[in-house]
Amino acid sequence: MANLKGKNLISITDYTKEEYLQILELASEFEKQPKQPILSDKVVASIFFEPSTRTRLSFESAANMLGARVIGFSNPAATSLQKGESLHDTIQMVSSYSDLIVMRHPRDGAARYASEVASVPVINAGDGANQHPTQCMLDLYSIQKTQGGLDNLNITMVGDLKYGRTVHSLVQAMCNFNATFHFVSPEELKMPSSVKMHIKNMGLEYYQYTNLEDVIPFSDIIYMTRIQRERFSDPLEYERVKDCYILDAATLKGCKPTMKVLHPLPRVNEIATDVDKTPYAYYFQQAQNGVYVRQALMAAILGVK
Amino acid sequence: MSNERKKELVVSAIDNGTVIDHIPANEIYKVVKILNLDQYNDEVLIGTNLSSKKFGKKGIIKVKNKFFEETEVNKISLVAPNATLIVIKDYEVVEKIQLNIPQEIKKIVKCINPNCITNIEEIETYFKVVDKEPLKLQCHYCEKTMTNIRFEE
Ligand SMILES: [Zn+2]
Repeated sequence: MANLKGKNLISITDYTKEEYLQILELASEFEKQPKQPILSDKVVASIFFEPSTRTRLSFESAANMLGARVIGFSNPAATSLQKGESLHDTIQMVSSYSDLIVMRHPRDGAARYASEVASVPVINAGDGANQHPTQCMLDLYSIQKTQGGLDNLNITMVGDLKYGRTVHSLVQAMCNFNATFHFVSPEELKMPSSVKMHIKNMGLEYYQYTNLEDVIPFSDIIYMTRIQRERFSDPLEYERVKDCYILDAATLKGCKPTMKVLHPLPRVNEIATDVDKTPYAYYFQQAQNGVYVRQALMAAILGVK
Repeated sequence: MSNERKKELVVSAIDNGTVIDHIPANEIYKVVKILNLDQYNDEVLIGTNLSSKKFGKKGIIKVKNKFFEETEVNKISLVAPNATLIVIKDYEVVEKIQLNIPQEIKKIVKCINPNCITNIEEIETYFKVVDKEPLKLQCHYCEKTMTNIRFEE
């Protein structure tokens, strides 16, 4: 088993496939027994330079269930940052008060830089448009749990595939497991060619669609994302396509019985509420899984598991 | 006089300094700019559109009393990866350096991503060379790749 003690998690490529699987296995242990006070002598710093209530609560809940004390801030306006303190100085201060830093920052690359300044390990809770590796890990966990494994699956992704870092990371991770990819998006928001190139280089296949109905019969996972108005140069184009990628219970007719719908949340209207009651809805459990995965990461990085 | 000797004379027309040879002719003013040679106080000789077996048309720059440091050499290699540096002391060629694109580039290049932390805070930039031909760099921090190289001011 790999020893993850003291290891940063900044980008999904920082961990090997084996290290991921190890975290997923540990996460399933925490799912069975979430409350284990194994970090009662540890301090976790949760520093959010931009608000992200959902991610912050998930991390802090994970830390609390392990008995760790949590310090930090969720509103940079209330800190000395507003007075122009550099990221360097803030990280240096915070790392002297804590055993582990969980950090969210609006700038790309801020987490990598923080990990080079900090004397304690750093978990990236999102750096600008760049990486959000714990989201990717909880996605993997959810896929593994609902499909009984990660290998040889048909993974469908729907919506904004151009700008969505979540889907890009998930493609990269699922390339380790012989997945076949199906991309459903409007023309303006297609998967970037660099991501498609990566799939080809891994010897795997992808298919592109504009019609959501086409992928329903064979998908093992349908990963929905939100289409944002501000991504369109032409507002009329947005109006034309926005409702084409709404998943409702009727659309799901004919899907595999084991198929699950995932979404990084929050959703707006891309998944109709009538899907919630179907056996295919998994997005709320998916969010819940985030807590177990974050528990596993913190425990492994702090060397207590 | 042998051809070899004649060539040496051409490049050693300065007594002390450095000759940058085999610069692609269309990149010569970029090299001048990145090395700030337009601000240089001693003699600078610039030749362009000279015929070359290797390049067709090449450029050459001779800088008197100048011996380049590693960061400057790296800059040149990013613009003219096939250039040769010839170090001259007392009219003699004392060293010939065939340039190579390094695996990693620190400090000299600026990240093209305006939201990159290196463009917000005082941080030394750091790139990995992911492709040499055509040149493609990846920022160690924001992970964006770029083919359009901009140098730090
Ligand atoms: Zn960058």
